[in-house]
Amino acid sequence: MITNIKNGLDVSTVVQAAVSQHGATHEDLIPILLSVNEQLGYLPTEALSEISHSLRLAHSEIMAVASFYRMLSTEPRGKHVIQFCESAPCHVMGGRQVLRALQEELNLEPGQTSADGQWTLLEISCPGICGVGPVMMIDEDVYGNLVPERLSEILAKYRE
Amino acid sequence: MAIKSLDELKKLKTEALKRREVTQSTGRVQVIVPMGTPGIAAGARETLKAILELIETENLSDVIIRQTGSSGLDEWEPIMQVVIGDQPKVTYGKVSPERAKRIMKEHVMGGKVVTEFVVPQ
Amino acid sequence: MKFYRSHVLVSIDPASVAKGVHELIDALQDELVTQGLIGEVQVLETSQISEHPEGLEMVVYPEGVHYTGIQIDDVPYLVEEHFLKGRVVKRFLAKETKPSDEELGPPKSKEVRVVLRNCGQIDPENIEDYIIEDGYQALGKVLSEMTPEQVIEEVITSGLRGRGGAGFSTGRKWQFAKSAPGDVKYLICNADEGDPGAFMNRRVLESDPHSVIEGMVIAAYAIGCNQGYVYCRAEYPLAVKRLNTAIKQARAIGLFGNNILGSDFSFDLEVRIGAGAFVCGEETALMASIEGRRGEPRPRPPFPAIQGLWGKPTNINNVETYANIPQIISRGAAWFASMGTEKSKGTKTFAIAGDVNNTGLIEVPLGITLREVIYDVGGGIKNNKNFKAVQTGGPMGGCLPAQYLDMPVDYESLMSAGSIMGSGGMIVMDEDTCMVDIARFFMDFTQDESCGKCTPCRVGTRRILEILERICEGEGRESDIETLEMLCRQIKTTSLCGLGQGAPNPVESTLKHFRSEYEAHIREKRCPSKVCRKLIHYNIVDACTGCLVCARNCPVNAITGERRQLHVIDAELCIRCGICEQVCNFNAVEVWS
Repeated sequence: MITNIKNGLDVSTVVQAAVSQHGATHEDLIPILLSVNEQLGYLPTEALSEISHSLRLAHSEIMAVASFYRMLSTEPRGKHVIQFCESAPCHVMGGRQVLRALQEELNLEPGQTSADGQWTLLEISCPGICGVGPVMMIDEDVYGNLVPERLSEILAKYRE
Repeated sequence: MAIKSLDELKKLKTEALKRREVTQSTGRVQVIVPMGTPGIAAGARETLKAILELIETENLSDVIIRQTGSSGLDEWEPIMQVVIGDQPKVTYGKVSPERAKRIMKEHVMGGKVVTEFVVPQ
Repeated sequence: MKFYRSHVLVSIDPASVAKGVHELIDALQDELVTQGLIGEVQVLETSQISEHPEGLEMVVYPEGVHYTGIQIDDVPYLVEEHFLKGRVVKRFLAKETKPSDEELGPPKSKEVRVVLRNCGQIDPENIEDYIIEDGYQALGKVLSEMTPEQVIEEVITSGLRGRGGAGFSTGRKWQFAKSAPGDVKYLICNADEGDPGAFMNRRVLESDPHSVIEGMVIAAYAIGCNQGYVYCRAEYPLAVKRLNTAIKQARAIGLFGNNILGSDFSFDLEVRIGAGAFVCGEETALMASIEGRRGEPRPRPPFPAIQGLWGKPTNINNVETYANIPQIISRGAAWFASMGTEKSKGTKTFAIAGDVNNTGLIEVPLGITLREVIYDVGGGIKNNKNFKAVQTGGPMGGCLPAQYLDMPVDYESLMSAGSIMGSGGMIVMDEDTCMVDIARFFMDFTQDESCGKCTPCRVGTRRILEILERICEGEGRESDIETLEMLCRQIKTTSLCGLGQGAPNPVESTLKHFRSEYEAHIREKRCPSKVCRKLIHYNIVDACTGCLVCARNCPVNAITGERRQLHVIDAELCIRCGICEQVCNFNAVEVWS
């Protein structure tokens, strides 16, 4: 019944691994959520319930935190997450045109995930590498000095 | 291995300096690639890979590869710096893998600075 | 006086003499004689023409054609083509000067590198490199020769103030935390700078992480903390990795953990990753996030020095502040205090962005003027345009017009001018910038990043943004300026944290210094800088040759006209995309407002 979970991982295993890695107190909540989010691609309800149980925290408390931070998602995300810098220094260096080309290439608006579950397009605030702007991150990889013509070559690396 | 006093720290510094001098005298050439986020975003990994490949194919044994953080020349990334013996450091900018190979062949192996890629100071 | 139809200026300087420029001149004269042009063309010597000439070079007048890389063998061909047949020889044409944003310009001589001194010089993943640069010597000195009180005294004397924004005395802050009652105290490094374009902390963490760690251990010793946290943005994964590597290496040789350097002082450090919330740069929100809660600020007092992380006394400084500490200890408070102004000591890093020639990160002594930063270090305004304003301190800073260019950059001066130091962002704007649009841009950012806890910030910034959007769309009302001023005052005085208190700064400062632009938008429905789309229209003027290029490129078919006749833009259909202006080869499309 659970779909869109990366690599077909078992939610419970992932949560328990994160809890034993970071600890089971309130202060460990955000590191746990980040780990689980990274492994599963997002935070499914089952994961939140399991964390709530392990940390003895109300589900509402977990939800309050999970919904506050931009890096955490309670909605399924694509296999590859593209984070495009939306800040002013990148925009003046042509970021707007690159973003537009990227949107056309993927047929996605920022914040959306593609129907085939391949891509999620997000806008992020400044990753601080303005000298090589415009900049985007695909998963963990950073790409700078972007021009629209380079996009398909970069995206091809992630297509199977 | 833990340092127990300021004197031991100073001793460690002297030893580290010596180690660096030894490696620098046995390794004739230092090739330095800044590996900060701007460098990596601009393709420094590919540049470094090209350098390492060339070292392997040409069987160069007296070249030391060092990495640093970014130096403030972000617009020129990827950057590659070459130091031969006690000559001043030469900084190259926008070093693609192809440029890196040329610099390795002409400067590191041939001793001639590839002026067209040097970052103007 | 003899009249020549053409003058050739040949560049003579030591480098070109070495390359044989005299022989070139001789060859030129000979060839002009041979081809019978010597009475028409005069060869003159001049000083160096370009900064980095590629071989021998010359400029030919009256055309002003610039040739470089000429060999003696090329002379007959050049003379025949240019002077006899009147054709420019393309292959010798000097390459166009590089776009200015790629040029580094002259050495940035006004820079002084203290915080950035090791960046790009050492391997950040090798602790030995840092130790060779006298790394951890300051810590050794502190632990073996100084009492905690003496360390605090030294930092107070140096005059170091917080580099994260507010500019509170770092030594006094430490003193408060030290004298606060309680056995357990915490130390935090705020590495969650989120001001777009201000990336000095990423640079330091990635390139010289040990300097921050050493500063933190010294602070922990002075205050009496045994546990510390670095709260780092998730957008900086490499910084997190390098910090963790550095901590591991330092711990392995006993610079961390129990009984550091054989003393009875113990300290441990943990890196916490933020999860993407701008407001977490605010210290109380940051602590809430470390505790595992929503990163929402709380009212102060109590200040963190009294009641911080888990209710315990806590000291928070940012990356740049800690990175200054080892050098203050090693080189002495007097050395540090010798830089800067009476109240603002030392150096500060700034991230310069926008319409200047040299963008990027710089480090200069405080007290330098804005003009020096923008023109001497920043290389002046791009494309020889005029300076209009500079915004300092990130999205919560104010926009300062030209009359402030000679103001020294220090905490008090910026504050009195209606802006802030912040973490050191500096966005330079040229004459083509619409200040109402800029205010709208920053308000869009802050209202989006407002955490929503307090009403003035959550609702107030939203209301300001709505009014600014209306003004930019030509629907401004006469009362809008007064409403904006009232909202700004209220949000400033009643918001919980720095985000809300600072959010109105861009609006207030532009209202103060560029009020006429607001009035033009509201009363005349005009955008003087021709930026706001709804308030401009495109017009085709007499220069139009009727080439139809604009008509073919118009995405909405708003341009009509016959070939070789003046074209017309239908203002009703026009979406003001500006494509016609870009494609016109005759500058016949003008923007009116």
